[in-house]
Amino acid sequence: MDVDLMMRVYPFFLKAAVVTIELSVLTTILGLIMGSLGAAARLSRFAALRWIGAAYVSVIRGTPALIQLFILYFGGPQIGIQLDAFSAGVIGLGVNIGAYMTETIRGAIIAIDKGQREAARTLGMSQVQSFRKVVLPQAARLMIRPLGVNINALIKGTALVAPISVIELTYTAQRYIGSTYKPFEMFLLAGVLYMVIIYVTGRGIAWLDRRARIV
Amino acid sequence: MGLDFSVVPKFLDIILLGVLWTIGITAGAAILSFFGGIFFAVIALYTHWIIRLPFRLFEWLFMGTPLLLQLFLIYFGLVQVGIDLPAFVAGVIGLGLHFAVYNSELIQTAIVAVDRGQMEAARTLGLSRGQALRKVVVPQAVRDVIPPIGNNMIALLKDSALVSVIGVSELTLSAQRAIGRTYRPFEFYVVAAAFYYVINLGMEWVLRRIERRIQAAR
Amino acid sequence: MTDEKPFLDIRNAKKSYGKLEVLKDISLRVNRGQIVAIIGPSGSGKSTLLRAINDLDPLTAGEVWLEDVQINKKLPHRQYEKHINQVRQNIGMVFQHFNLFPHLSVRENVTLAPKMLKGLSDDEAEELAREQLEKVGMIDRIDYYPSRLSGGQKQRVAIARALAMKPKVMLFDEATSALDPELVEEVNLVMKKLAEEHMTMVIVTHEMGFAESVCDRVLFMDQGVVVEEGPPEKIFRNPDNERTQNFLRKHLANANR
Repeated sequence: MDVDLMMRVYPFFLKAAVVTIELSVLTTILGLIMGSLGAAARLSRFAALRWIGAAYVSVIRGTPALIQLFILYFGGPQIGIQLDAFSAGVIGLGVNIGAYMTETIRGAIIAIDKGQREAARTLGMSQVQSFRKVVLPQAARLMIRPLGVNINALIKGTALVAPISVIELTYTAQRYIGSTYKPFEMFLLAGVLYMVIIYVTGRGIAWLDRRARIV
Repeated sequence: MGLDFSVVPKFLDIILLGVLWTIGITAGAAILSFFGGIFFAVIALYTHWIIRLPFRLFEWLFMGTPLLLQLFLIYFGLVQVGIDLPAFVAGVIGLGLHFAVYNSELIQTAIVAVDRGQMEAARTLGLSRGQALRKVVVPQAVRDVIPPIGNNMIALLKDSALVSVIGVSELTLSAQRAIGRTYRPFEFYVVAAAFYYVINLGMEWVLRRIERRIQAAR
Repeated sequence: MTDEKPFLDIRNAKKSYGKLEVLKDISLRVNRGQIVAIIGPSGSGKSTLLRAINDLDPLTAGEVWLEDVQINKKLPHRQYEKHINQVRQNIGMVFQHFNLFPHLSVRENVTLAPKMLKGLSDDEAEELAREQLEKVGMIDRIDYYPSRLSGGQKQRVAIARALAMKPKVMLFDEATSALDPELVEEVNLVMKKLAEEHMTMVIVTHEMGFAESVCDRVLFMDQGVVVEEGPPEKIFRNPDNERTQNFLRKHLANANR
């Protein structure tokens, strides 16, 4: 193993890891917004909204994220959407993970017993009140862990922006594999950084989950 | 520059060939990931820790890093140690191993969930531990695990798009080829997406049918 | 009692989990063709003793012999595995919860071990399965899967599965305890049939009436020791020991409720 080489190039990997983290954070935020909207649509009273929500989930989950990204980044200009690679990455990945989060959030909401809603309604709360004060707080607790699974997948999924030349971890590893012919060393550098990011995120989610349980 | 899908039919043969390769690579990797998953699960549950350790390490590495990075490692890493595999084979191995790790988790849980009495009954008949595992415990675990593994296989189909990056001429790369000649990325990526979607629906349909049959057999 | 050389011989069996002694120096000799029942309250160690016979729950100390083979020999792992698999082919066991293999049909449940371990051909195995299923009255269910059988039917198939290995001894671990009352009798009938064929049997049971009618000898166990043993008429009608009397009285009271 070429430790010297690894010592020489690791600063570039660290810089790339920062990009991966930025991508992950922004994608998570967009994913949560899309997921909430998606879940609201799928649970809506209006059939048209339900249909739109279902179509969003089905199409996005039924096709590769890489293709979705390519359509947005390479095909976008044809329909008047001109994005730099990083923005295209955040939007593409966010919309993608949003479909998975839609199902997570919806699953948590419908897991809350119907009796809870009925009890709130018999106290005289409105539909919106009973949802906000009774159902959502309980569902939020339930969805922390599965959303954590989504976020874990999302962090690894940020690698998909390498083919559109966002200089994040996988792109950097690929570049250095090409120029140094040391695939194992480069894999190790990138791999360790990914695992650190995932580990720290996992701990954070576990902490949130514990806290939510005590409350 | 507007959209024009009329160029698509001219390249349909390339695209359809890509579809076949995508199906082939998905099938190959699915088979590898299934048997690999059983193999890893049995190692994780029933071997000495010295044997288990490198597998744990491997599992940990494969679950903690992106598939794309793993594909680069396998493709370029094998070349470095002097094994020059065709991209297709490297793709099958990469996808197959990646999903074998995930399948192994499912299979381990299912094996542990098989009633202890099953192993006991097999052992009292005189079957060795290996025989009891092979004939009694693993088949039951596999039946329980087919639906979640099926979901993994559907995820595998979509992740197979990644092997275009190491040069496997599957659906995504076929679309890119057509784009290289026409410069119409939107049209061809949408067409590719549509084919993925249809294959995906087909796999889901088959899986639902299998699930229903398993339910009925219980 | 005859002074014939014992067929199954348990010598000074001891078993403990940490500080808890489950079996405290138990010896038991069973002659060929003999039927022995072991009764006693739950936690008395009777199932542990039974499961020590085929080394499912290995003893802490003591020896178990079947004819001139020591079952619980101390051997290096690989040799022990080979030895115990050989021995277990001679000892049939029937469990409280049947433990039929749910992914295999009745036929496959019965033929699995003979085909794997004795190398029987498909035809030979089929014949064997039919013969055994005939005996337990389950031949008409040969193509069924266990999930479609009642508890009594499952247990009869489990008995056929054990018999298909042509065992020298049969062990029954509360074979009817998990059954609805109306299904107990069909299993008892099969066991009686085996008794008439002079199968050597060790039976752990809660069914005092059954034990009395088929067994040659009854052991009453409590807290890891054999409190009293003898012919059934003696144990059930006229026990010497106070603990035996108490147990039987309580048991009768429960049974009559």
